[in-house]
Amino acid sequence: MLNIKNLHVKLEEEDKQILKGVDLEIGAGEVHAIMGPNGSGKSTLSYVLSGRDGYEVTDGTATLEGEDLLDLEPEERAALGLFLAFQYPVEIPGVGNMTFLRTAVNAQRKHRGEEELSAGEFLKEIRAKAKTLKIDADMLKRPVNVGFSGGEKKRNEILQMAMLEPKMCILDETDSGLDVDAMKLVAEGVNALRGEGRSFLVITHYQRLLDHIKPDVVHIMADGQIIKSGGPELALEVEHNGYADLLAEVA
Amino acid sequence: METARKSAQDRLDAMGLPQRRDEYWKYTRPDLLTTETVDAAARLNLDEAPVFDAIDRLKIVFVDGVFDAGASDDLSLGGVEISQLKDAADWADDLYGTLEENGQSPVERPLAALNSAKATQGVVIRATGKVPKPISLIYLRKSDTSDVMLHHVIRVEKGADLTILENGPAAARLNSVMEVDVADNAAFHHVRAMGRDHERRAATHIFGRLGTESTFKSFTMTVNGKLTRNEVVLEINGNDAVAHVAGAAMGDGDFLHDDTVFITHDSLNCESRQVFKKVLRNGATGVFQGKILVKEGAQKTDGYQMSQSLLLDDDSQFYGKPELEIYADDVLCSHGSTTGAIDDEAMFYLQSRGISKVDAQDLLVLAFLAAAIDEIEDEPIADDIRSRLEGWLARRRD
Repeated sequence: MLNIKNLHVKLEEEDKQILKGVDLEIGAGEVHAIMGPNGSGKSTLSYVLSGRDGYEVTDGTATLEGEDLLDLEPEERAALGLFLAFQYPVEIPGVGNMTFLRTAVNAQRKHRGEEELSAGEFLKEIRAKAKTLKIDADMLKRPVNVGFSGGEKKRNEILQMAMLEPKMCILDETDSGLDVDAMKLVAEGVNALRGEGRSFLVITHYQRLLDHIKPDVVHIMADGQIIKSGGPELALEVEHNGYADLLAEVA
Repeated sequence: METARKSAQDRLDAMGLPQRRDEYWKYTRPDLLTTETVDAAARLNLDEAPVFDAIDRLKIVFVDGVFDAGASDDLSLGGVEISQLKDAADWADDLYGTLEENGQSPVERPLAALNSAKATQGVVIRATGKVPKPISLIYLRKSDTSDVMLHHVIRVEKGADLTILENGPAAARLNSVMEVDVADNAAFHHVRAMGRDHERRAATHIFGRLGTESTFKSFTMTVNGKLTRNEVVLEINGNDAVAHVAGAAMGDGDFLHDDTVFITHDSLNCESRQVFKKVLRNGATGVFQGKILVKEGAQKTDGYQMSQSLLLDDDSQFYGKPELEIYADDVLCSHGSTTGAIDDEAMFYLQSRGISKVDAQDLLVLAFLAAAIDEIEDEPIADDIRSRLEGWLARRRD
């Protein structure tokens, strides 16, 4: 599904190298987690993959189902099936959540040569999906993320994911700012989307999210590289011993 | 009315036409509005239904500034008396030029005096009750060089309720004055869509006088036009009155839009609100000069003024001159003026969901203008304005 080879990325403005040769292969239907200390490059990886400005790829490749991602506009990557759940979802005053979602769903359908959803079809689908995420009608009507609590914003991200039905989902610290109940709700939303060959890359600081979203593979990232990969037990190891031992081990 | 015209001419002679060096014309060059002859302004060929087309209204049509009875609806309607300016009743004769003259101080508005001195066309409207549907003034164009003056005189009697709509290409050069006298407990609503011909010029003035517990709400949408100077001058004379003035303007290229507003509070417990939004690109220019004057004794005034512009590139410019002048000690007045670019974070967020760059930008432009359009009280009219903007944004790409 997602294939990253020797990815080197620097910040455009500061000439600072952030990713220093990332290799990662995620197969169809697999759930991978990336853990790592602050500043290791986890969020940069998610932004570079989704096409945010400000980063320069100096070496390496990233493909989604064989298609080169790195030269594409963010919307083209989305249409190929890539989705990033933001660590800090953006507030957009004046744009209704519902309008936003319908525009997004139909833009992707159009891009893929599919017919646009009618207002009725869209409404039916979003209502059903919003309900399972405990998102009420009022939240759908309000401007995108404006005045949403931390938990509401994250649930709104998962709702977008559910509506857009991407193939490859990247969750960037989706657990940050969530209490246990909110995290459970979000995890349930994610788990409901597992299967059908859909792949996930879960970026997190803490092991606790991985109790709810069980990964197939766990990677440890440090200083712009993946320094160790293993099964779910690797996350537990981090939980018990912190990153220091792992870092020392590699050094 | 001849006396009123004569005295307007005297006023004009005394003050002279606006000059570039005038402080009040610092950001907008008056020459295009004052030249003897008028440059041609090509007429856009639009294959779309005009604004307000779906709104049930009474239509009054002017072609190149001349009333067209054949194209207009029957002017009889419950709760309102409508006539042409030349057939003005005594009350309108008395009102003609009066509010314009009041509005000449402390700042001179020579183009309005010029209008009072010269205009022969316009409507006279007297609302006596709740007028069942909007009165819609439609300004059509047939000539490329039309130089048009219109002067409307409106009185909304005690407890009456009137909505005026204005739209249409109007003229190569338009000078219009609307004098609106809103009596106690009366309500006046005004929604206007300026003409979209790229080279047209317009100087418009609305002079309003508000009585006790009255309401005055005016909204203007401007898309295109080489030069637009819209002045709104309101005098709040009765207690507990409410005055809202709002505008949304969207300009591309050779475009200058100037909103100049002057609201005088001269009574107790009144509210005034100005909300102006401008979206500018390819060298377009926006101007806002807004003033709230709170006279001595006008306690408990609640004045609000907001002017914001969104610059879509580095070539566009916005000049803002917000002013408060307050002589009462128990008032609440706030104002803000901002200029900014499209939010990159929001753009990326929208694009990351599959929305193309142009669509994302349009969504954010409409979101920016939304706060001004929200000032329109009538939902179907507000929806009409919103859908126009969406359509025009989409059309611009073709």
